[in-house]
Amino acid sequence: MALALGGYFSSASNVFTGSLVNVQTWFSDRFVALQAFLTAPRDIASLRQRNAELEGEVAELQSQVIQLQQQVGQTQLLAALVDFEQANPENRYQPASVIGLDPSPFLHYVIINIGSNDGILRGMPVVTNQGLIGRIDAVIADAARVQLITDPASRVNVRLQNAETEASLVGSVTGDLALQFIPQDIDVQEGDLVLTSGLGGGYPPDLIIGQVGSVRSRDFDLFQQATVQPVVDFNRLEIVLVIVNFKPVDISPLEPTPAP
Amino acid sequence: MRNLVAVPVILLTVILQSAVISRVYLLSGIADLPMVMLAAWALQEEVDSAWQWAAATGLLVGFVSGISWMVPFFGYTAIVALARIFQRRVWQAPLLAMFSITFLGTILVSIFSIATLRLAGVPLPVSDVLGLLTLPGVLLNMLIAIPVYAVMRDLARWVYPSPEVE
Repeated sequence: MALALGGYFSSASNVFTGSLVNVQTWFSDRFVALQAFLTAPRDIASLRQRNAELEGEVAELQSQVIQLQQQVGQTQLLAALVDFEQANPENRYQPASVIGLDPSPFLHYVIINIGSNDGILRGMPVVTNQGLIGRIDAVIADAARVQLITDPASRVNVRLQNAETEASLVGSVTGDLALQFIPQDIDVQEGDLVLTSGLGGGYPPDLIIGQVGSVRSRDFDLFQQATVQPVVDFNRLEIVLVIVNFKPVDISPLEPTPAP
Repeated sequence: MRNLVAVPVILLTVILQSAVISRVYLLSGIADLPMVMLAAWALQEEVDSAWQWAAATGLLVGFVSGISWMVPFFGYTAIVALARIFQRRVWQAPLLAMFSITFLGTILVSIFSIATLRLAGVPLPVSDVLGLLTLPGVLLNMLIAIPVYAVMRDLARWVYPSPEVE
């Protein structure tokens, strides 16, 4: 004991304990491996069950994320519409959701979920927070059909802000917008802002439509033509605003008729 | 009484067309689900109400659409007439008949639409209409023709069960 306490057996002790530890490690490893082997099937079953539970939770959370993203998108859209409404207090707006498109590919109309029960009348202009999209073409009690400005039958009197001139905006079957009747002596630049002029009484003035794209000016033409890049993405219309305090003017009785 | 099944089917078809199908573009063309549905329905041998279905669908589409009601009304009626002719002549190959009617029907409705819009003074460049609307529309209609035919065949068998043979 005295020798051991004095450290004289330390080397022998180290050899002994080292061997002991090695032996114990060997047994321990084998046992753990055997235990793992014997309990593995149960673990796999429980892991599979747990995995299925977690996959279910992930799927649920993913659907929640999608719903929340949709809500965030709608909230942002509504916030933008509220901002637009506050920035343009001269008009009164009625929000509506786009619930359908025209079944015919030849026409560009959308169907909204408010109608005469909400005070909607034929001819009222329809906008988004970005700009003009069209006007009410037909109304029933709880829905209305909106003729988009991209419709081939649509014509809007516009003015070019920078060029200080007026023109006519027409749609097409492909949804492209074009400017017609631009006088030849007017210098139209790419990027000029296109706004409603208010002429003809069909639309209120100064609603943004888009920017001038390419300009075509030929000497032998009476007028210049230009394409217009709309500010509104017409393929992604979700919520729109109907300007309910605008009364369109019907000027058709004033239009000259050919003499018999 | 069995004709009452037309009400939900036609309503659902027009709603689907307006809310879903019209948003799925190929170039500027879209599929015409009511037209394909009518073609498939009229091709079923046991069906005797295809004309009424065509009239009802045409009027409903004309009500929803900005185009004149005459285009879908007469267009769909013409498609039923085509289907009846094809049913007698190529009845042994119903899918061939379905594809043929879908192709011809799309062209026919396009011609009706172009004629009506031109008469109304709407400028329509024929090359644009053909390349960007009609031909993509034909392709999309062909794509939905087989599933729609299968659904309408099952519906016809359900509505007009064949008498049991002992």
